[in-house]
Amino acid sequence: MKTPDLAELALRNLRESLLRNSLTTIGISVGVASLVAMLSLGIGLQQLASRRLGKSGLFDTVVVTSRRDLRNRERSEERSGPTPGESRVLDEPARQEIERLPNVLEAYPDIRFITEVRYEDKPHLTMISALPSSAKSNDAFDGMQGTFFSSDTAPEVILQKTFAEELLGKTPARGGVEPPVADVAKPLLGKELTMRYAQRAASLTPTTPPLANATNSNDSDLAGAAYSVVSREQKLKIVGVADLDPESMRGPARAKVFLPLRLAESLHVMQPTDLREISQAASGQPVYSSVSVRVKNPTQVQVVEDAIKKMGFTTFSLLDASQSLRTFFRVLDLFLLIFGSLALAVASIGIVNTLVMAILERRREIGIMKAIGASDGDVKKLFFAEAGAMGILGGIAGVALGWAIGRIINLATNVYLRRESLTPDNFWAVPWWLVGLAIGFSFLVSLVSGLYPAARAAKLDPVQALRYE
Amino acid sequence: MTTAPALSAARETVAIRSENLCRHYRMGETLIRAVDGVSLDVRAGEFVALLGSSGSGKSSVLNLIAGLDRPTSGSVIVQDRDLAKLSREELAKYRLHIVGMVFQSFNLIPSMTLAENVELPLRFAEVDRSRRQTLSSEALDRVGLRARMNHRPSELSGGEQQRAALARALINRPQLLLADEPTGNLDSRTGTEIMDMVRDFNRALGMTVVMVTHERALAERYAQRMIFLADGKLVDDRLNDDRLNTSTIDGRGGQA
Repeated sequence: MKTPDLAELALRNLRESLLRNSLTTIGISVGVASLVAMLSLGIGLQQLASRRLGKSGLFDTVVVTSRRDLRNRERSEERSGPTPGESRVLDEPARQEIERLPNVLEAYPDIRFITEVRYEDKPHLTMISALPSSAKSNDAFDGMQGTFFSSDTAPEVILQKTFAEELLGKTPARGGVEPPVADVAKPLLGKELTMRYAQRAASLTPTTPPLANATNSNDSDLAGAAYSVVSREQKLKIVGVADLDPESMRGPARAKVFLPLRLAESLHVMQPTDLREISQAASGQPVYSSVSVRVKNPTQVQVVEDAIKKMGFTTFSLLDASQSLRTFFRVLDLFLLIFGSLALAVASIGIVNTLVMAILERRREIGIMKAIGASDGDVKKLFFAEAGAMGILGGIAGVALGWAIGRIINLATNVYLRRESLTPDNFWAVPWWLVGLAIGFSFLVSLVSGLYPAARAAKLDPVQALRYE
Repeated sequence: MTTAPALSAARETVAIRSENLCRHYRMGETLIRAVDGVSLDVRAGEFVALLGSSGSGKSSVLNLIAGLDRPTSGSVIVQDRDLAKLSREELAKYRLHIVGMVFQSFNLIPSMTLAENVELPLRFAEVDRSRRQTLSSEALDRVGLRARMNHRPSELSGGEQQRAALARALINRPQLLLADEPTGNLDSRTGTEIMDMVRDFNRALGMTVVMVTHERALAERYAQRMIFLADGKLVDDRLNDDRLNTSTIDGRGGQA
């Protein structure tokens, strides 16, 4: 029999005992719904986690350093990396090249230095680091008081809470109750502090205002290894105080004062690595000790790392940690899948039952069909088609039901979270592949359930079947 | 005229040949010999009645000829096909293309309209939808039911249902029409109507007809030849002289 005919006859037969077949189909759809609900919960939680992790910058960041870095030289040679001759200087063209790699969001130089900051004429020695404007979306700054930098070049500063306390002359309470960030921030926001730093400047060039010489005119002269160190001051306005978890952001968190990246770049602050790199800066471009690369998705970190390694740099990421996280979610998904499948397994028994009943009821009909020329295969296919149709219908209804259940659970949980004054979030996701998978799986399970009834119907002896009233 | 062409001509004209045909089955401890060594020849285009009381084995013989059942021993050869040697698949094809069947209880599928019932064999034969519709309405036309093609069997009288069943049996243009008590559930007037149609198809299309009946009068009126069975054995095989004489039949059924 042709497939359209099969489908037509199967649907007609399903309509004939509408109640029983509807109940069976509802059974399947409940099974599929539980499967979809479980899996979309797993996927949603995974997406939530990777969204959070993505924000934290832990798992989507690759730190790139040059292999020429003396500290790393021996280690990189021990590995199978390229010889030092192939290794490259981590300069501006290299940074741009990295930024152009697929899956890379941005690549920015890590600027970090220790210098003196004066507040109300008291000097404080501290570690300063630069933040790209993209750090604004980092949830480490979620609880920050004040605002983020108004622009990437603004003479503004964000303080780590502990440093803010230091400026106010408060000693951190050991074991006691920590004062809220807001209390610390209040007297500081809007105030100015002065940063004293050592500027690296070409000796030939007259001193220029730091913000004006943002480009490379100075550095081109560095090729001659002629540069001088000039002591400078920069006034900075305190715009924010943040209580950063030292563990949440690998790089900058150890610093206590943060500057906008472009501003920090334009200052040409003397960095500890400058002496080492200076003789190699032949390109006339700024040379960086390290560059942080943000990858679009934690799953692509490995690919990006490999590509950067191929370019001749050393890379570092927390890929291993994210891999174990992914393993955890695989296992979670598997468990949810198994539990979700249980309901579908029960539903498949319902299909077997319904079809076996249908054989008993339609014995005579099967006998007639055989008498007028239906082959065993035709009868078998017809029962298969009925099972499959129930599977597809149940699958479609089940996906819709599972989606609805998921939305309701998500909504209810968010109402609860709001009541507990926690941030509501979407931990529920039904991707298209899950829809397809669920319907396909339901179809497959139904066909398997139809195996026995179909074989039994096909083997029916037509003479006996016709005698049956 | 030599014997050779005569022989081949004779072979051509034999539609059904059974040799020492047996169908035994067990029911508990007892062995039931439903068909027990039946040998017979039916010529192509012949109208044969199988007569006998219930349990005589006439329906079993018909089922064996129809390919619905397999012989325990012996052979049935229909149009040069040894049915015992065909696979299940081949038997289904044989039932589909060579044989048309009509039953006492009509055996239309209740959930389908007449048109759908009639075209069902064409679905198994994988005929295109449009061609199916043409053929089924033609077939229903032939039995005078075109106007009722969209009715379900339950909406029709017994005679109409049997006419539809006849249309279904003939839709694949079979060479063999097998009828199992076709008038058993009909009153004598509609029974006559059906039998007239069967005879017309037999004459007009040259179709071989084997009809099982226990009504001797019906057999005498329509069949060219009557084969009597009792206890699974062939007890009498004779040409229907009454019909040849076209004598009137009083409608009283004889015993077998």
